[in-house]
Amino acid sequence: MGEKEKHISRSQVEHLAWLARLELTEEEKELYTQQLNEILEYFNRLSEIDTSNVPPTYHVIGKVNVFREDEVQPSLKTEEALKNAPRKRNGFFEAPKIL
Amino acid sequence: MSLDLKVKIGLEVHCQLTSLKSKLFCGCSSNYRGKPPNTCVCPVCLGLPGAMPVVNRKAVEMALLIALALNCKIAKTTFFARKNYFYPDLPKNFQISQYDLEGGEPLASNGYVTFTVNKTRKTVRIRRIHLEEDPGKLVHPGGIGVSPYTLVDYNRSGIALVEIVTEPDFESPVEARSFLQKLRSILEHLGVFDGSLEGAMRCDANVSVEGGGRIEIKNISSFKDVERALSYEIIRQKDLIKKGVKFGMETRHWDETKRVTVTLRTKEEEQDYRYFVEPDLCPIVIGDELIEKLKKEMPELPDARKERFIREYGLPEYNAEVLVGERALADFFEECVKIYGKPKPIANWLMGDFLQCLHSLDVSVSQCKVKPEHLADMLMLIDKGDISIKIAKKVLWEMMKTGKTASVVVEEKGWRRITDEKFLLEVIGKVFQENSKAVKDALVDGKAIHYLVGKVMEITKGMADPELTNKLIREKLAELKND
Repeated sequence: MGEKEKHISRSQVEHLAWLARLELTEEEKELYTQQLNEILEYFNRLSEIDTSNVPPTYHVIGKVNVFREDEVQPSLKTEEALKNAPRKRNGFFEAPKIL
Repeated sequence: MSLDLKVKIGLEVHCQLTSLKSKLFCGCSSNYRGKPPNTCVCPVCLGLPGAMPVVNRKAVEMALLIALALNCKIAKTTFFARKNYFYPDLPKNFQISQYDLEGGEPLASNGYVTFTVNKTRKTVRIRRIHLEEDPGKLVHPGGIGVSPYTLVDYNRSGIALVEIVTEPDFESPVEARSFLQKLRSILEHLGVFDGSLEGAMRCDANVSVEGGGRIEIKNISSFKDVERALSYEIIRQKDLIKKGVKFGMETRHWDETKRVTVTLRTKEEEQDYRYFVEPDLCPIVIGDELIEKLKKEMPELPDARKERFIREYGLPEYNAEVLVGERALADFFEECVKIYGKPKPIANWLMGDFLQCLHSLDVSVSQCKVKPEHLADMLMLIDKGDISIKIAKKVLWEMMKTGKTASVVVEEKGWRRITDEKFLLEVIGKVFQENSKAVKDALVDGKAIHYLVGKVMEITKGMADPELTNKLIREKLAELKND
């Protein structure tokens, strides 16, 4: 396809880590930059195949129109819902304040 | 003073499908308002590991109904996508939404809506419509500045939302507001939405002033605030342009208490959401039969209803427009016509004192204590001559506040017009006795009779029938003359 070679930079890895809320060490940043570039290289090779006449695969099992009817089912009890929460308060989940 | 710069406004409206019984992807009740926190939640809407979403069929049908009513082109196949971001209102760390750019396929696109603003018709284009889930609600006790933590209630998480995005076709804040009013009425007529519920319709707006950048305003939750936020933003931008300050794209937040827009922390950009096809949900193929079925089920929409009000009830166009502007109001009108029969006085009362009362009491038509039969009852009291128009206005207020019927209000307050001749003659006799000088004057000068009428009114606290009182006084004066 003659596309320009795609490459992931170290700062892109840092940005991705921020989006995923991951704190990476310098070694990890180095390692992941290299690994992600290897993956990208693989995709670059896949891109060489002409797929312009192939419809996109939205789903691998091939089923469509799986619905449920608009009926109310019992919800969890609040204690159950909050059971695994590390912090809770008056029936709420408690999270650090986000500004 | 104001710079004559062109303004372009586009809206992104989020409407909850409030008529659904359950959420978009799970069977939790969608009736979450007023419920204790985290009582309408299950593994799906809490994003617990392994939980699988299943699409609510009715939600898709309702969204398609909206798409048809807004003249959109419906997708043949549509699918959901994950929009990834970390924020406590999303327990899964992604929102199930639909992707609208290249590679995605929203439910519907390329529609239009026509509405009236300042008595002219205006059409705006609808870019697209899609379905997504509402996030949970964040609570900060004592206010966001004071609270040391964020509390999260996921009752709202997973409620079906329809996102409707317009092209930037609005040229003023009032146009944007009129459009939203029309949209609300359409959705209400479709039976999918109740706009009187708090937070059921929310909206983001983007504004650009000629020579400036495109600014997005988030967090607008009422029609009035849409107009306010946009007006504020336009003035702010014009001011910057006038001063020669350059500014680029930015997202701002509408502070409804301070009534200003403030700059928002830089958040993720479009590519940062890393949209991808939701693997837990199958694509939806929308067949022609379903579309045909929905078209047949399409109820009467506001424009058609307005025409019918003009044709069937002989209402002026403006009155018909105002009445159909809110489904509950139009329904109220028609119910009342069934009972009372005369459309014009009903329309006048509804558009005048009725809406004024609602506004002052800050209640919606459906919450209002006065029902169509109560208004009809009041109008019949006017027709019978039991109360004057002036008194009727007071009666309506009492009805609104107390929920009592007009007859009861009139009885309790002693507001019935006095038409009992015998009683009035007694009062007049007394007035004549106590005001002999005025009587003498009236015998000479016809105009002096007003003083006597006024005295009768004073004694009867304004309840004496003025015409009858006048007639009786004249008769009594004539008798005196003849003597």
